[in-house]
Formats: sequence, C-alpha cells, structure tokens
Amino acid sequence: MGLKIIVLAKQVPDTRNVGKDAMKADGTVNRGALPAIFNPEDLNALEQALRLKDKYEGSTVSILTMGPGRAAEIIREGMYRGADGGILLTDRAFAGADTLATSYAIALAIKNMDYDLILAGRQAIDGDTAQVGPQVAEKLRIPQITYAESINSVEKKTVNVLRRLERGVETVESPLPCVVTVNGSAADCRPRNAKLLMKYKHAHTVTELQDSSEDYIDLTADRPYLKIKEVSAADVNADLNWTGLSGSPTKVKSIQNVVFQAKEARVLTADAYEIEELVKELIDNHTIG
Amino acid sequence: MSNVFVICELEDGKVVDVSLELLTKGRSLANELNCKLEAVVLGKDLKDIEKQIFPFGADVVHVGDDERLDPFTTLPHNAVIVELFKKEKPQICLLGATTMGRDLGPRISSELFSGLTADCTSLEIGPHTDKKAGKEYTDLLYQIRPAFGGNIVATIINPECRPQMATVREGVMKQEICDANYKGKVKTIDVASILKPEHLVVKVIERHMEKSKVNIKNAPIIVSGGYGMGSKDGFQLLYKLAEVLGAEVGASRAAVDAGYAEHERQVGQTGVTVRPKLYIACGISGQIQHTAGMEESSMVIAINNDPNAPINNVADYVITGDVNDIIPKLIKAYKKNTK
Ligand SMILES: Cc1cc2nc3c(=O)[nH]c(=O)nc-3n(C[C@H](O)[C@H](O)[C@H](O)COP(=O)(O)OP(=O)(O)OC[C@H]3O[C@@H](n4cnc5c(N)ncnc54)[C@H](O)[C@@H]3O)c2cc1C
Repeated sequence: MGLKIIVLAKQVPDTRNVGKDAMKADGTVNRGALPAIFNPEDLNALEQALRLKDKYEGSTVSILTMGPGRAAEIIREGMYRGADGGILLTDRAFAGADTLATSYAIALAIKNMDYDLILAGRQAIDGDTAQVGPQVAEKLRIPQITYAESINSVEKKTVNVLRRLERGVETVESPLPCVVTVNGSAADCRPRNAKLLMKYKHAHTVTELQDSSEDYIDLTADRPYLKIKEVSAADVNADLNWTGLSGSPTKVKSIQNVVFQAKEARVLTADAYEIEELVKELIDNHTIG
Repeated sequence: MSNVFVICELEDGKVVDVSLELLTKGRSLANELNCKLEAVVLGKDLKDIEKQIFPFGADVVHVGDDERLDPFTTLPHNAVIVELFKKEKPQICLLGATTMGRDLGPRISSELFSGLTADCTSLEIGPHTDKKAGKEYTDLLYQIRPAFGGNIVATIINPECRPQMATVREGVMKQEICDANYKGKVKTIDVASILKPEHLVVKVIERHMEKSKVNIKNAPIIVSGGYGMGSKDGFQLLYKLAEVLGAEVGASRAAVDAGYAEHERQVGQTGVTVRPKLYIACGISGQIQHTAGMEESSMVIAINNDPNAPINNVADYVITGDVNDIIPKLIKAYKKNTK
C-alpha cells in the first residue's frame, strides 16, 4: 500500500539567528542579510513523511514549495534527506501574497498532483501565523489535523495522529486525503544521506539549468529524476484576482522596526523603581508583553 | 448593523480566560464602534453558559448545544460558525490564539475569504487611506503583531473583507467584568440543521492530560536559573516569572546537577544552545561552558549578587542583587504595566 505524500515547505530567512552582520547601523534588522534556511517545522513534517515512506513500501514523498527561483534549494535539501522529488511553484504573480492568497496558489498546484496525505510544518518562522496548512485544507475541502506530534499509522485509508495541545495530548483519526501540520516538538529530521547527496546534487529546475553548463542538461535528459519541476501561475490556471497582493484580504498598513540596544551593559540596582523602568522599556520595545 | 463577535472556548464547562479577555476587549471595541458585542459558544451541556458571559458585556450569546460539538474537532465547529457568520455578517471576529483558535480561525477565514491576523498583541480602531486606489476607510481594526521573529512590529488591516479576524494569546489583554448584572439575549443555533455527515469524519480517539515535553530550544524568552537560586523550591520563582512572561525555564549545569531542574533545561556546552529574543540569567555565574550556549541571545539580563560575576560581560542589563528580592519585583512591575 504505497502512500503519495506531499510535504509543503518554505524557504525562510533565519529570523532566530540575527547575528551582528545582519544588523543595520540604526539597530534594526537587515532582512536581506539573514541566511535562507529550510523552515524548521517543515523539516519536522518531512521527517514524519519519510517515516511513513520507510514504513509503507511503495510510498513517495514530494516537496511542494512556493517561492522565488532560489527556493529550489530546499527541494534539493529535502531530496538529500530522502524525498523523491519536488515542485517549485514560482511566479511574479504570487508576490506579496498573504496566507490566503498563498493557500489558494498551493491548493491549485496540489489539485494537479496525485496525493493521499499533505504534510506541512505548523508554522513558518518569518510569519508565525500557522494559517497556510488549515487554509490549504479548506481550499481543497479536505479535513485538517494541526499540532501533530507524530503520525502513528495509516491503515485502511485512515490516518492516526497524536496531537499536542496546551494541557495534554489527543489521538485523532481522519480519512484520507487530509492535511496534517506538524509541531516543532515532533522528531527532528534525519540528516542528509551521503548517497542521496551524490545522486541528487545535480537536480535542478529548468531556470537553474539555463544558467549552467551543457553537461548538466545532458545529465537530466538521461536521468529524469534530476529535473525539479517548475510551475507558474498559468500552469495551474490561477485566476490573478486571487493571487499575490490582489488576492490578499490583509494588507500591511505600517511596519515598525524593533531597535536593539548596542552591547554595553547597563547596570541597575535592586531598587523597585529602576526595575520597573527596565520592564517598561522592554514592553515598549516589544521584547516582552 | 454588523457587530463584534468573540468565539468562546470552553474547558470543563468553563469559559477559558483568553475568551473572557477577548470579551473584555470586544466590549471596548464595540463601544468605540457603537455596535453590539456578541459571543459564540459551541459544545454540549451548555445550560446556563450565558451566565458566565453576560457580565463581560455581551449583548447576545449564540449557543450551539450539540453532542457532536464536543470534544472539539475542526469541521463541525467551522460549519456552524461559517453558517452563523453568513447570516450575521460580523465586522470583527476575535478568537484565542490557542490550539483551537489557531486551528479553527484560518479555516473560517479561508471559507469566508476574510483576512485573519494571528497572535495580535494589540487591537485598535482607526482610519486608513489607500492612496493608490484613492479610497478612504474609517473604523478599521488595526491588528498589531510582532513579525519576523520579533524583529518588526506590523500593523495589519483588512480594508475590504469582513469579518476582520484576529487571534490573541492568553494574558495579552486584560480581563474585566463590565457589569455583574449585564443582561443580554440568548440565541439558540439550530446545529442539527447545519451538520452533515461529511463534517463528522474526524474522530477523537483518546485525550489525556500530560505535561508537555520541555523544549527550550525554540522559546523566544528564557528565564534561566543557576546554583544561586539556592534550591528546587527557589526555582519555583523562575517558573512564576516564566509564566507571566510566556517564557520557558532554563538552567545551568550546577543547577541541574543539584537537582533543581531537569537535564532537558540545561543550557550550554553540554546542554542546549539557545538564541532567544531575551535571556534572563538568575544566579548564574556565567562560566564559558554556560555562555557558549546562550551568548547569541538577542538580549541578556543578568541578575547576580556578585557585581563582578562573569555573566555580566555578556549581558545588556545587569541587575546587582539577590534573586529572591529582584524576581518578585520583575513580576510585579510586569503585571502592573501590562493589561
Ligand atoms: C566539560 C564541561 C562542560 C560543561 N558544560 C556546561 C553546560 O553545558 N552548561 C553549564 O551551565 N555549565 C557547564 N559546565 C559547568 C560550568 O563550568 C559551571 O560550573 C556552571 O555553569 C556553574 O553553574 P552556576 O553558574 O549555576 O553555579 P555557580 O558557579 O556556583 O554560580 C552561582 C552564581 O549565583 C550567584 N548567586 C548566589 N546566590 C545568589 C543570590 N541569592 N542572588 C543572586 N545571585 C546569587 C553567585 O554570585 C554565582 O555567580 C561544564 C563544565 C565542564 C568542565
């Protein structure tokens, strides 16, 4: 009983690791200088997918990501860890999308694919919204299971999932197909596999190939698994009213940068007034509260 | 007239704190917008539930009482609320940023094509000018939240779509009884006419309370304690501070070795490496093996009675004094200046 599993993954700036070189002179973060990484909880989702693939013979794991051309990097990264391939959903028309417009595009891409189970990280660290998983499920009109800590089994077209809630755990079952979003508390993703790294290091999208040498092109002709499929808004018949900025009900009205203090310690005494002033300052600059 | 709606969450027959906080906020938004506050409660055995809600100023409580709505699963709750909202057309809908609210909210907003902003830290009413489209908006909900790992604070609006939806975490808004004798109306939702077999396909097999695994690696705020906390009981003070700040508790090796905290909480060379937004080191000397695991924190506050403790060298703020004196002051100051 092979399962067809799609893992939704996002390439994100590493907001958790804002080093000195990513700081601008005014103390705000230079977002362009942050390294681009595989969204951490999407790796937890990938691990759950790979475990199912190990358990149920004949299963395949495909990574679906929406983003700019360079996001193909995380598809390759997923293949090094055991995914069979992936699709890069990329188009200028998708730029500026909020979670709803993103979910619309992703759901359209999924409709063109064969699937039993869709896994995603609970949320991405650049937005922390946790909305894309449930919204993709709604667009596809299939059930959703959020906050999963482990996918226990898939038997008789039913998936059994352990969820982590505020004060406990819950086991739920849903018929396939469904969307499951996976928590950071789930098992860590396995590392890259040396053999797979050799096998897939030349996997590329068409756009990437156009910038590379002839040899690579010959290589993909020979080995179709090295081709990472690129899909545009037109390929999925997207209605442009529903994509990107125009398909996004939420708009960003304004953005305020949080200013970090320079590294020179301020020394306080145990005086209640001084402590209260510090707390107020931390609340005002959104460090706490 | 379209109103402000709050979706209430229940636990053991009681409306949870975050919902009461949202009712309090919803009441003040409704006053500002000159509209009504309405609450939605779904579950089973809900007799008299409105009595818990009216004191917070709800003008209407919509009650959907049906066995199939408990325990919570997404699809039936979603179906009932979507149906209700199509009829009532709320202008604002607030939910707790709980596992339930963050599961249900996105599904509702997707089906109604209305915008949702997660984990707001502040909600205000204000105008907006769209210069490009030459449009003026009044009385929009400003949904204010940190983004980008806390490096920016964004104000989000939904100019065109309704309801304007937002989730808010527990403890962010204050909870205040509006009038103990406030009287509103109860409206019964005809759940049976809404639910279809396809809404009931997800089954809760088992549910039990269990302490969550300690996971300090991804915590945005860590309150960490060392040998200077004095005892396992002394560590309780850290848990109190962590609870009000929404933080996790970390520890030095000396504290772990002394049995004050579990090994999962150990920060440092032989523990976890953390990079939180804020690290508060309490009674930790700051040996290199410890600082190796926390020096990349965006901000460090060191609390130590030794003014020359090495931890002070990696700190942004140094508070010199006894932890047993300073931590309660921090808690008090925080409570006083929030809500
Ligand atoms: C190979 C190796 C690996 C190690 N790995 C780690 C590691 O991963 N993590 C780690 O933490 N350590 C590690 N250590 C141990 C490390 O060297 C220190 O011994 C340890 O961090 C000290 O813990 P501490 O600061 O809590 O205790 P102490 O050094 O005893 O410091 C206690 C501090 O509390 C202050 N204090 C006391 N009472 C009060 C009070 N009432 N109010 C305020 N302040 C008070 C004191 O002034 C002092 O600064 C490792 C050591 C080795 C050799």
